[in-house]
Amino acid sequence: MPLPLLLPALLAVAFLVLPLLGLVVRAPWSTIGPQLAQPEVGQALRLSLLSATLATGVSLVLGVPLAWVLARSRIRGRSVLRALVTVPLVLPPVVGGVALFLVIGRTGILGRPLYEHLGVTVPFTTTAVVIAETFVAMPFLVISVEGALRAADARFEDAAATLGADRWTTFRRVTLPLVAPGIAAGAVLCWARALGEFGATITFAGNFPGTTQTMPLAVYLALQRDPEAAIVLSLVLLAVSLATLLLLRDRWLGRGPGQGVPA
Amino acid sequence: MRRTRALLVLPVVATVGLTACGGSASDTAAGTASSSAGGDLSGTLTVFAAASLTGVFGNLGDQLMAAHPGLGVRFNFAGSSALATQLTQGAPADVFASANEEQMTVVTDAGLQAGDPAVFTGNVLEIAVPEGNPGGVTGLADFGDADLTLAVCAADVPCGAAAAAVFADAGITAQPDTEEEDVKAALTKVQLGEVDAALVYATDVRAAGSDVEGVPFPEAEQEVNDYPICVLEAAPNAEAAQAFVDLVESDAGRLALADAGFRAP
Amino acid sequence: MTLDAHVVVQRGSLGVDVEFWVGDGEVLAVLGPNGAGKSTVLRVLAGLLPPDAGRVAVGQDVWDSADRHVPPHQRSLGMVFQDHLLFPHLSITENVAFGLRSRGMRRAPARAAAAPWLDRVGLTGLGDRRPGELSGGQAQRAALARALVGDPRVLLLDEPLSALDARTRLAVRAELHRHLRDYAGSAVLVTHDPIDAMALADRVVVVEDGRVVQAGTPAEVARRPRTDYVARLVGLVLLPGTGTGAQVALDGGGVVAVAEAAAGPVFVAVRPESVALYLQRPAGSPRNVWPLRLVAATPHGSVVRCDLAGEVPLTADVTATSFAELGLAPGAEVWASVKASEIAVYTR
Repeated sequence: MPLPLLLPALLAVAFLVLPLLGLVVRAPWSTIGPQLAQPEVGQALRLSLLSATLATGVSLVLGVPLAWVLARSRIRGRSVLRALVTVPLVLPPVVGGVALFLVIGRTGILGRPLYEHLGVTVPFTTTAVVIAETFVAMPFLVISVEGALRAADARFEDAAATLGADRWTTFRRVTLPLVAPGIAAGAVLCWARALGEFGATITFAGNFPGTTQTMPLAVYLALQRDPEAAIVLSLVLLAVSLATLLLLRDRWLGRGPGQGVPA
Repeated sequence: MRRTRALLVLPVVATVGLTACGGSASDTAAGTASSSAGGDLSGTLTVFAAASLTGVFGNLGDQLMAAHPGLGVRFNFAGSSALATQLTQGAPADVFASANEEQMTVVTDAGLQAGDPAVFTGNVLEIAVPEGNPGGVTGLADFGDADLTLAVCAADVPCGAAAAAVFADAGITAQPDTEEEDVKAALTKVQLGEVDAALVYATDVRAAGSDVEGVPFPEAEQEVNDYPICVLEAAPNAEAAQAFVDLVESDAGRLALADAGFRAP
Repeated sequence: MTLDAHVVVQRGSLGVDVEFWVGDGEVLAVLGPNGAGKSTVLRVLAGLLPPDAGRVAVGQDVWDSADRHVPPHQRSLGMVFQDHLLFPHLSITENVAFGLRSRGMRRAPARAAAAPWLDRVGLTGLGDRRPGELSGGQAQRAALARALVGDPRVLLLDEPLSALDARTRLAVRAELHRHLRDYAGSAVLVTHDPIDAMALADRVVVVEDGRVVQAGTPAEVARRPRTDYVARLVGLVLLPGTGTGAQVALDGGGVVAVAEAAAGPVFVAVRPESVALYLQRPAGSPRNVWPLRLVAATPHGSVVRCDLAGEVPLTADVTATSFAELGLAPGAEVWASVKASEIAVYTR
């Protein structure tokens, strides 16, 4: 391996891994058992996994078609659209949370009629957690899938069309399987981002154990009181996400090309 | 003052931003502007102060700099517990002003203080409601109403600890919908009209402006939250630090604090 | 059920405007250099590219006209692409059955219908393989089966052999010939290889710069090319000129004597093997003799192809032995002569 590549690569690994190592080293291993046994921990972890998975599901259902529109359609203003939908990537998540209030909050553009006519309020519910996480995480999926769609050979879609497949059939039976690895990668990225989401969630969904307190919120609040407890919670989040990602990698991403999802 | 006003406009953003960055301080003066005129104090003074002090301390800092043209004052306003964590992790600072005794204890337990902390002011809780009080909140008892959308601070942060104490005193089982990470976040939800009421500090209600109304309640007086201040042992600019603490404890300082809704110690 | 096409379409700087028809059971080769617009024409026929003007019709069905564009999936056609484009995530059987499936047939009957096609293209037993597990020739055969399986009215072949190595190409070409002979619909073969056109097509249209420059049977086109490109493809030197009885005054200068009388604008076609080279001006009085300079010599089987420059630019094929005896090297001055009776002349 050439040194000009190896050296920065090693530095990058050190830069990314050492802080995690710091967490492991400084963790209060002697008290970790009782810390983990607290019901709030399991509650927050369950809520985190549930909401991140739901957010990923919503992102898949809405984001993959959006990526297709961005990559394949010839609509006007596509570049403006792309810029707009990736705004949540650069927007501070807290601002995203405030923005969500302005739309689906109790006094928001859509939220007010919802509240006044149906008595439904979205903020401070688990639904709000999923919405906040989806808002922040979906762009990661859209960008990944759009990239995969652009890299995929569009002539396969031509071939499908000459074989009598309309655009929807082509999308389902050709495009989707071809970009399946890209979708999986995007979903994993999206899930990871949703799992770590803090700013938009605490702003829009608030913080209440059992309904809206996800792991990152629990970590942040534990940090206010007891940094050691925060470290323990972080390690739990870390372990669970690492385990999940490794498992998924073996299941999906590790497979070679041409071995995607069977039709 | 430019910076502090910005902090008031978007309190949540600023607070969390500062916390997340671990001490990106607000820069009210260049700090390097050397001057031959007047002042005996020079260099940079770094003050770590509870977020609720943003307005008052910003003004006092400006006064100090006006008196000592060679001095620059930098503030790091954040939640007291976040500040205490930063200090115990070695953040360089001259002065620490906490919104409660507990977080000051974290700092003194680490032996970081130069002298005994002194309580310089106090704060009491007040109910903040959106303009027009849509939920018809009249007193602390309304926090037991599950039909209202209510915000309190999380028990881990000072305003939450104070709230818990007040509820315990009054024998009320609170039914909050959210336990906010700090008082500014709770206030923001009132400003946005997303909650019917939030339990915050009287000073926060005062600083929030016209879209928030305050509902004082008698039980609050039993839980006055004391604000201690101290110069830090490792202060790079101990002289200026003491001058700032003196200014805070002076009549001018007390007046400014009272204007902002703080109690006398 | 004839394919009748007039395709007008602008692609970047290239304006395409070609017109042709293909009868039932007929194979039309669209022959032309790269970038001539051949594949564009094919994409229009497939419906993948709406034309700017013109008309595409099959029998009574109009596929493209001023007010009509039938999308590709509603056209009864099959298409074979240069690099097969078999779907990598599907087995060979699923690939071949794809057209039936997308036209509404259920999975099991579609697979059953695909099986005999695998047999017909010689892929018996390979149905469960993935495209990546086939050789290039096998993949192209599978692609042919996939295109033919629904008995489409039109079969489009886009450079179907050019991605294959020489030996495989020979085998697949022979097989393709067999299938095209049995095919009842209209077939359009796009190629830049004259051998494909000659071997597979009933008729040829030559397209250059978006225009049809010549049309006819492969034999006609080979014998009487009308452009340099075709002439070079079929191994002839083509010289435009004006006939004045027994002579043709070439447009590029020089005079060629011909055996048959010619008048007006004509082409003079010279076969390289009919050109003889000498170091001295040949004795006797051959009428067609020119001093030329050798610019390039490339071995071509048992002959050496000599490119000659001068008043009448020619190409000569001389045997390797003669080439050695003449002791020629690029830059050498030579005399070239051609018998008048060896020269073809036909009107432009």
